[in-house]
Amino acid sequence: MIEEGRALFLQIAESIEDQIVDGSLAEESQAPSTNELAAFYRINPATAAKGVSMLVEKGVLYKRRGIGMFVAPGSRDRVLETRRGVFSDRYLEPLLAEARRLGLGPDDLVALIRERADRTESAPAERSAP
Amino acid sequence: MSVAIEVQHLTKRYRQTVAVDDVSFSIEKDTIYGLLGRNGAGKTTVMSMLTAQNFATSGQIRVFGEHPYENARVLQRMCFVRESQKYPDDALPRHAFGTARLFFPNWDQALADRLVDEFQLPMKKTIKKLSRGQLSAVGVIIGLASRAEITFFDEPYLGLDAVARQIFYDRLIEDYSEHPRTIILSSHLIDEVANLLERVLVIDGGRIVLDERTDDIRDRAANIVGESRAVDAFVAGREVIHRESLGRVSSVTVLGTLSAEDHRQLSAAGLDVTPVSLQQLIVRTTQHAAESAPATTGEPADIDEGALR
Repeated sequence: MIEEGRALFLQIAESIEDQIVDGSLAEESQAPSTNELAAFYRINPATAAKGVSMLVEKGVLYKRRGIGMFVAPGSRDRVLETRRGVFSDRYLEPLLAEARRLGLGPDDLVALIRERADRTESAPAERSAP
Repeated sequence: MSVAIEVQHLTKRYRQTVAVDDVSFSIEKDTIYGLLGRNGAGKTTVMSMLTAQNFATSGQIRVFGEHPYENARVLQRMCFVRESQKYPDDALPRHAFGTARLFFPNWDQALADRLVDEFQLPMKKTIKKLSRGQLSAVGVIIGLASRAEITFFDEPYLGLDAVARQIFYDRLIEDYSEHPRTIILSSHLIDEVANLLERVLVIDGGRIVLDERTDDIRDRAANIVGESRAVDAFVAGREVIHRESLGRVSSVTVLGTLSAEDHRQLSAAGLDVTPVSLQQLIVRTTQHAAESAPATTGEPADIDEGALR
């Protein structure tokens, strides 16, 4: 669940964003507390708090005094927009590097992606557990 | 951040051996620290001096701004769970808990009872007859239920199996979340505790070689893996702390955070970046320190990755 070597608070922030993107954490609903995150991921509460406060700075979460953190309205769209912005660097760059190594050109990649996408769409939708 | 413990120029000498060598650091309040290092590095010596169970040869220790020696006011705010704690021959676990209850003002009996159940600690046997793991459980229960403002756990897991260790870590995080306090955890099982630690103190040959936030350490180093010449070209001018090769492939651990530009260069050169775990980084930092200071005495430097496990 937690991968080694990447800043933990970033992973915590991403896990909350993932839940906002896939809809399991709706806008205006209450986000998990720092202590809940710490217990669930088995991490130091200060690290969990750092991930949460990063999302507050980004405007994804907001604080209701005395109650806790809530998902800000419009945050799903904002998260999607940011994620699409980094998609190319994060996923295409390594894909292209490996393709070069294997001697696959951009056209080969397009064909492979088409083929795979068609197969996935015709198969029953599979989703990994959150 | 307010300071719980302040140490300046602390030194402990036993005849010819310098166990702790002019060490200065401070421990922040309400923070979980990892005190890490090899056997004989000086971890237990430092902890026993901080808890006034051992005298310093020289240097200053301040706990909550006061000198801890023979200072009941300070000592009842500290709990030291040692690996080799001795109990009277006829003592039952309930006697040990009863003493702790009298000594520690924040003692939580309900928490102690719950932990006794979870660790399945036999309450009818004398402590002397308990297994190594059960003996460790007694220490862990006292350490958690005392809720002392500063709690030292010195390798508290000896003989505890993976399930029992996980109970310890889970209850530690849970109770710390509700009752923040200063925890200093000395452990060889670095990978197991890495995520619990907010800060790390690494001690090697009686000196502090690393004193940092765990988050910052994670970004401090990376392994660069790939064709040896390309790896060498990339790491030129960087601080290399470890290097291994297999045929024409090299894996080199470099210090320093990699920039976006570095990542572009790496992927253009067909090199892979693999993360360095806290354990690897600490093993390599202590190895590196030993190599660059060849005058060290004591055990031969036959360390390998397994040595800290």
